[in-house]
Amino acid sequence: MKRLLALLLLAPALALASGAKIPLERAPINIHDRLSLQRGAQLFVNHCLNCHSASAMRYLRLTELGLTEAQIRSNLLFTADKVGEAMVAPMDPAVAKAAFGVVPPDLSLVGRSRGADWLYTYMRSFYRDPATKSGWNNVVFPNVAMPHVLWESQGEQHLQVTERQDSTTGDVKRTQRLVLDQPGKVRPAEYDQQVADLVNFLAYMGEPAQAARKMWGFLALFVLAGFLVLALMLKIEYWKDVK
Amino acid sequence: MAVLNKPPVTGAGVFNGALTWVDQRFPLVALWKSQLAEYYAPKNFNFWYYFGSLALLVLVIQITSGIFLTMNYKPSAQDAFASVEYIMRDVPGGWFMRYVHSTGASFFFICVYLHMARGLMYGSYRKPRELIWIFGVMIYLALMAEAFFGYLLPWGQMSYWGAQVIINLFGTIPLIGEPLAVWIRGDYNVSDATLNRFFALHVIALPLVLLGLVAAHLMALHEVGSNNPDGVEIYKDIDPKSGHPRDGIPFHPYYTVKDLFGVAVFLIVFTVVVFFSPEMGGYFLEYNNFIPADPLKTPEHIAPVWYFTPFYAMLRAVPPLFGSQFPGVAVMGIATLILFALPWLDRGKVKSIRYRGPKFRVWFALFIVSFLILGYLGVEPTTVWGEFGKGLPIVGGDYVALWAARVLTVVYFLFFLLMPWFTAHDREKAEPQRVTW
Repeated sequence: MKRLLALLLLAPALALASGAKIPLERAPINIHDRLSLQRGAQLFVNHCLNCHSASAMRYLRLTELGLTEAQIRSNLLFTADKVGEAMVAPMDPAVAKAAFGVVPPDLSLVGRSRGADWLYTYMRSFYRDPATKSGWNNVVFPNVAMPHVLWESQGEQHLQVTERQDSTTGDVKRTQRLVLDQPGKVRPAEYDQQVADLVNFLAYMGEPAQAARKMWGFLALFVLAGFLVLALMLKIEYWKDVK
Repeated sequence: MAVLNKPPVTGAGVFNGALTWVDQRFPLVALWKSQLAEYYAPKNFNFWYYFGSLALLVLVIQITSGIFLTMNYKPSAQDAFASVEYIMRDVPGGWFMRYVHSTGASFFFICVYLHMARGLMYGSYRKPRELIWIFGVMIYLALMAEAFFGYLLPWGQMSYWGAQVIINLFGTIPLIGEPLAVWIRGDYNVSDATLNRFFALHVIALPLVLLGLVAAHLMALHEVGSNNPDGVEIYKDIDPKSGHPRDGIPFHPYYTVKDLFGVAVFLIVFTVVVFFSPEMGGYFLEYNNFIPADPLKTPEHIAPVWYFTPFYAMLRAVPPLFGSQFPGVAVMGIATLILFALPWLDRGKVKSIRYRGPKFRVWFALFIVSFLILGYLGVEPTTVWGEFGKGLPIVGGDYVALWAARVLTVVYFLFFLLMPWFTAHDREKAEPQRVTW
């Protein structure tokens, strides 16, 4: 236990020393864009939900995105019988563990824990790597167990590493970039849009109440502004006597 | 007997009869007068005097929102995380209660820190208010315990590993440490047993302690009367005609309406956070806490919530001795306990910073700045300010932030340890006879 404590106190330093941070790209998402959220939900159900659950998310909640119950039932309800049920992956966790080495994490809150920018960059940063079990690797999440699920759309990238020696200092500078070898079914800009839709949905799913929350916030501030004026007038009126 | 002697209540309109009935059986009018309508407070309270009543308001907010959260929360390692998400998604108004409670925790500390800073500035801990201060410090410690227990309940990664780290701190105490840590956890690791007892302590034990201490804090205050920004005792100057202090005004209605204005401003700020930024950029709700607790996976960077970080920075700053972190733990503990000694460390003749000399002012400024920078350093990894050059003596190759935290920790302690000296030998100004207004 004592060793653990020492480890925890030193951990931040070790973590930063071991891996360079990859700059994240800003996810072009809009939580109020219902069509984007619907497309994102479709992508999520078709591609992610095979392995990842979203156990805090009920199918019925998708009516918030402008879908009817009938639409949900006929287009999206693959892993459950009733629209009131949660989005649970059909894959047995034990089977998943055997296949990937880890149980694919629940994605209900991934929009909050990882953040939209991380997810957006991650989903666009897979590359071919024969050294890994799945044949895929990721710049943002090195040696991730997950294969590139949307590779048919994006195509195949590889990581191009160039090393250049600085003529004055002699330091070796490593630069890396992803190069698209084989184009996928859609153009890169379209793929980026698909990923943005998916990330938009994940961000929404992380906190479905976020749109309502802001609406109530304006109402509450409106009421409180009235209270503030009354309280201030009351204070001024009473304090006239204090000399 | 008393039923016959007490005069009937007047001035409450249709309620006169009912209130008379109660007053003849309960000291209703006497309490109303002694605690509010005829409790004379100095008339020169300024901005800093809002935070006592606001802290009380936050206590009420926390208890109320906490009751509603308890109705749907499940204190078990299996269900806790999911039940919080159930509150956030499926319970009507649940997200509101949860955000009020999580935001309230941070605002409780904001109010208490500002309230304590006020006490330091105006010497509110000085004779005859030592017990008010002591009850106040006890409230602060109970609040830290309450916040710590509560933070485990969502059962996220930060909940789990934060609790793991803090309980392990007790484990570093020589001889009794390890059994003590096991006793606190109820297990060899933070587990379901730990969660259950923390839930009990968070929702019953500590709130009771807090309420009792708040009552004692207020009773002691009303026994000796409030201090003020001038540090002048208003009871020294009584108007012979009315028998009340010349510089005092009845708490009700003057300070009830003034505090009501403070409440309005506070609620607006509170509302902005609850509805528009409940995570507060990861400071009020940490991003890693949206990942369920995983005992097998230590997060890369464990940072406590912002209100603990000054002490966390001290803990990290103290080098281990014989491989034990205990010196750091001891420093952290003493840093909070030393507050109790404050009334006896201060030898100044005047109370308020307005009339203190330059020595106190400089030390006070250093103390506040150290506390704030330590708070910042506790949030960040020690690498935040880089490393010293390898060639430097002593500090060569060490993290700059580590040494900064060491220096600031020393300053924090010197403020208290040198206080008997710099308050006794300071060029103080004469206090005025009456409050400035």
